[in-house]
Amino acid sequence: MAQPRADAPSKIILAGSDLSRVVDRIAHQILEKTSGATGTVLLGIPTRGVPLAHRLAARIHAFEGVEVPVGSLDITLYRDDLRLKATRALGRTELPPGGIDGLRVILVDDVLFSGRSVRAALDALKDLGRPSSVQLAVLVDRGHRQLPIRADYVGKNIPTALSESVKVAVTEIDDTDEVRLIGGLQ
Amino acid sequence: MAYLLKGVSILGGKPTDLHLGDDGLITDRSDDKAEVIDATGLVALPGLVDVHTHLREPGREDAETVETGSRAAALGGYTAVCAMANTSPVADTAGVVEQVWRLGREAGLVDVQPIGAVTVGLAGKQMAELGAMATSAAKVRIFSDDGFCVADPKLMRRALEYVKAFDGVIAQHAEEPRLTEGAQMHEGEVSTRLGLTGWPAVAEEAIIARDVLLAEHVGSRLHVCHVSTAGSVEVLRQAKARGVRVTAEVTPHHLLLTDEMASGYDPVFKVNPPLRTARDVDALRQALLDGVIDVVATDHAPHAVQDKECEWSYARPGMLGLETALPIVLSVFGEKWELIADRMSIAPARIAGLAGHGGDLTKAGSPANLTLVDPSARWVVEPGGLASRSSNTPYAGMTLPGRIVATFLRGEATVLDGKAVK
Amino acid sequence: MIKHLRSAADLDAETATLILDTAAEMAALSGREVKKLPALRGRTVVNLFYEDSTRTRISFEAAAKRLSADVINFSAKGSSVSKGESLKDTALTLQAMGADAVVIRHSASGAPHRLANWVEGSVVNAGDGTHEHPTQALLDAYTMRSRLGRLDGLRVSIVGDVLHSRVARSNVLLLSTLGAQVTLVGPPTLIPLDVAAALSPSTKVSYDLDSVIPDSDVVMMLRVQTERMQDSYFPSAREYSRRYGLDLPRMRNMPEHAIVMHPGPMNRGMEIAPEVADSPRSTIVEQVANGVSVRMAVLYLLLGGK
Repeated sequence: MAQPRADAPSKIILAGSDLSRVVDRIAHQILEKTSGATGTVLLGIPTRGVPLAHRLAARIHAFEGVEVPVGSLDITLYRDDLRLKATRALGRTELPPGGIDGLRVILVDDVLFSGRSVRAALDALKDLGRPSSVQLAVLVDRGHRQLPIRADYVGKNIPTALSESVKVAVTEIDDTDEVRLIGGLQ
Repeated sequence: MAYLLKGVSILGGKPTDLHLGDDGLITDRSDDKAEVIDATGLVALPGLVDVHTHLREPGREDAETVETGSRAAALGGYTAVCAMANTSPVADTAGVVEQVWRLGREAGLVDVQPIGAVTVGLAGKQMAELGAMATSAAKVRIFSDDGFCVADPKLMRRALEYVKAFDGVIAQHAEEPRLTEGAQMHEGEVSTRLGLTGWPAVAEEAIIARDVLLAEHVGSRLHVCHVSTAGSVEVLRQAKARGVRVTAEVTPHHLLLTDEMASGYDPVFKVNPPLRTARDVDALRQALLDGVIDVVATDHAPHAVQDKECEWSYARPGMLGLETALPIVLSVFGEKWELIADRMSIAPARIAGLAGHGGDLTKAGSPANLTLVDPSARWVVEPGGLASRSSNTPYAGMTLPGRIVATFLRGEATVLDGKAVK
Repeated sequence: MIKHLRSAADLDAETATLILDTAAEMAALSGREVKKLPALRGRTVVNLFYEDSTRTRISFEAAAKRLSADVINFSAKGSSVSKGESLKDTALTLQAMGADAVVIRHSASGAPHRLANWVEGSVVNAGDGTHEHPTQALLDAYTMRSRLGRLDGLRVSIVGDVLHSRVARSNVLLLSTLGAQVTLVGPPTLIPLDVAAALSPSTKVSYDLDSVIPDSDVVMMLRVQTERMQDSYFPSAREYSRRYGLDLPRMRNMPEHAIVMHPGPMNRGMEIAPEVADSPRSTIVEQVANGVSVRMAVLYLLLGGK
């Protein structure tokens, strides 16, 4: 997919406390839609889905005192575009001690775009166990789906052009919280 | 046919005209019917003489024949080559050496002087009929088990003594076999890195040291094939200083290439003795300049594709040399024509007892055995473009100085305009 | 990423670390119920074995299959190889079959280098003559790192027939690249000439096992073939064992945390005492298990991308 140049103009869509508020809202929605987040596991998709999953769990605990187990699910080996790029390093896959069998798994990712990462995550999940249901939470939905996939929880919808890209930064990795839209501006 | 070489530079001297008479001798008389060759800028050398060539016939005609090897030799500026005995059958009888000699005459491009085996079947056990080979039509004077060392000291002593009767010389392939069992390349840093069994320098030096003492003891002539180490040079230097009648040769590849070439495991660089270190190369160059080493010999060793396109350990050792020898020597030493003429023609002709070769080109009446070199020409070595039936040259892709323009054997052109006449 | 793994010298520190990290992820994944991963679906891996080595072959085979590659085993026995087909002709056949990677074990040093000239796919050296065995070195490094937590600054002593050991060569190269301090120990007849200059300038050599043991974090014993006796490398198995074998008293002189390694197959009672081989310090069984993860990592990194 076409990537904007590194020096392309960019603008901040969400920053600092805005991003925290969006995470809070998703946490509330999860609590609401899952009747209190019982029997639920959050699996972050590396890299930035993992800290987001931990934040959601922390907010859920703050709001209702519920401990939601958190894990990570690396999808690299399941990607359908492995051969199109140089070999990628693997991320970490780590299930919570209780596993995922019979539980509601909520996949957490930073940006939902073509839907291919989510498809890879569903494939990876099937080799790890049998959840009772799978949901999807994303910080940003930028559209342009190539597969019949939609998110259950969306922090922010950002309409984009294909020539643009969306970069999510989180403090745990990038020392700052922000969502930036890169390229495409005049 | 008579030739007039106009404006030729003999051994790099002032341009002059050189007349080759139709009697095959150099003459000072001009001949109106002589074919005129514009030799401006060309250097005339006495025809080169190789005391160490493998022509592979009989037995491995798929790798080389006397005819193809002769053509390669002529194109390399040679007028005489000594054909090694490790053919199949081995040249250990008068019959085989006469066959090789006759094939050489039929090819008619260079004088092919057969070398006879020292021991029956090169097996190192029993002396071959050296006298019969010496008195055969081939008039063998050099005897060698090359490829194998005459390792048994008693047998070596006897052979050195025995050939005195007909002024023969033993050319020793110096390699102590117990020290080189399974050896694949020079023993040192590179062999350790590549995990290839080492061929220690001492295996050569120990035999040379022994043989010069034997030759000294029995008062015989000894010739040492393809000297490859700095230590061997020192042994030879001391022996010569004491007056031992020893001569020695070095190959062009040992004057240029090092064991580092083995790093990619390409067997085109596998040769016996193996390529050594840069230190050895320096010592060999100096020894040739000093005269401690007497001659450059090619050890031209053609091998069929399947014997080289394989694993290093399975590949046969050896490299082509005839067509690249002079260019390699030129690139190593520059245009030292006197030195080149001595080390590549005069001295080897003397060692091999080839009276008609290595003569003085300025003297009327000398046999017209000579070659014309264009020292300013540069050419790229293409293995497929060589006249040898094989293509195992280690110099593929290299740009070399010096191109042979013409070669004359007893006044007849064997090479003209850089092409073999037949 | 590199294209071939012919020598441990093909790996710089960054690439070697990537392989070890990837192997760790592969090891974590192999604990689950469905062990198969789809990363190499549709890729063909050929195991070209000119020497019998069931352990190494099945390790590569398991690794390739867990990554969903198609595996073809081409062994010297019962194939055209025994009829004298050349390595080059075999290579061209494999090329025509569309091999994406060829894992080669061969008795001739440098055979993988030759093969790489004749096939388009990746070549993985699974042991060539007395040259190298890079995946063994990787699994050894992986085992050291998981037992001792680091490689940088680790003091590793490799003991025995270094001269003929492809494991030792690869280990010296890889461990030096990763910052470990390697000491080669054995009788002088079995330590190759100029070994430090040839492999890594930091390599040390000792002929005295007892003086090295107290300062070793890792003692790696190499297999010593008794045939070497006939070739005068040492006088007798008994003398060898006494001077260079790892027995219980010697193991007690190792630092408390130090581990014992052996690439296998072992000569129990020769270079290693049975009690040492079976002690908790010994990583010999772990090494085998780690072999699959490391080879998965290598195959994935060579074949996973473009």
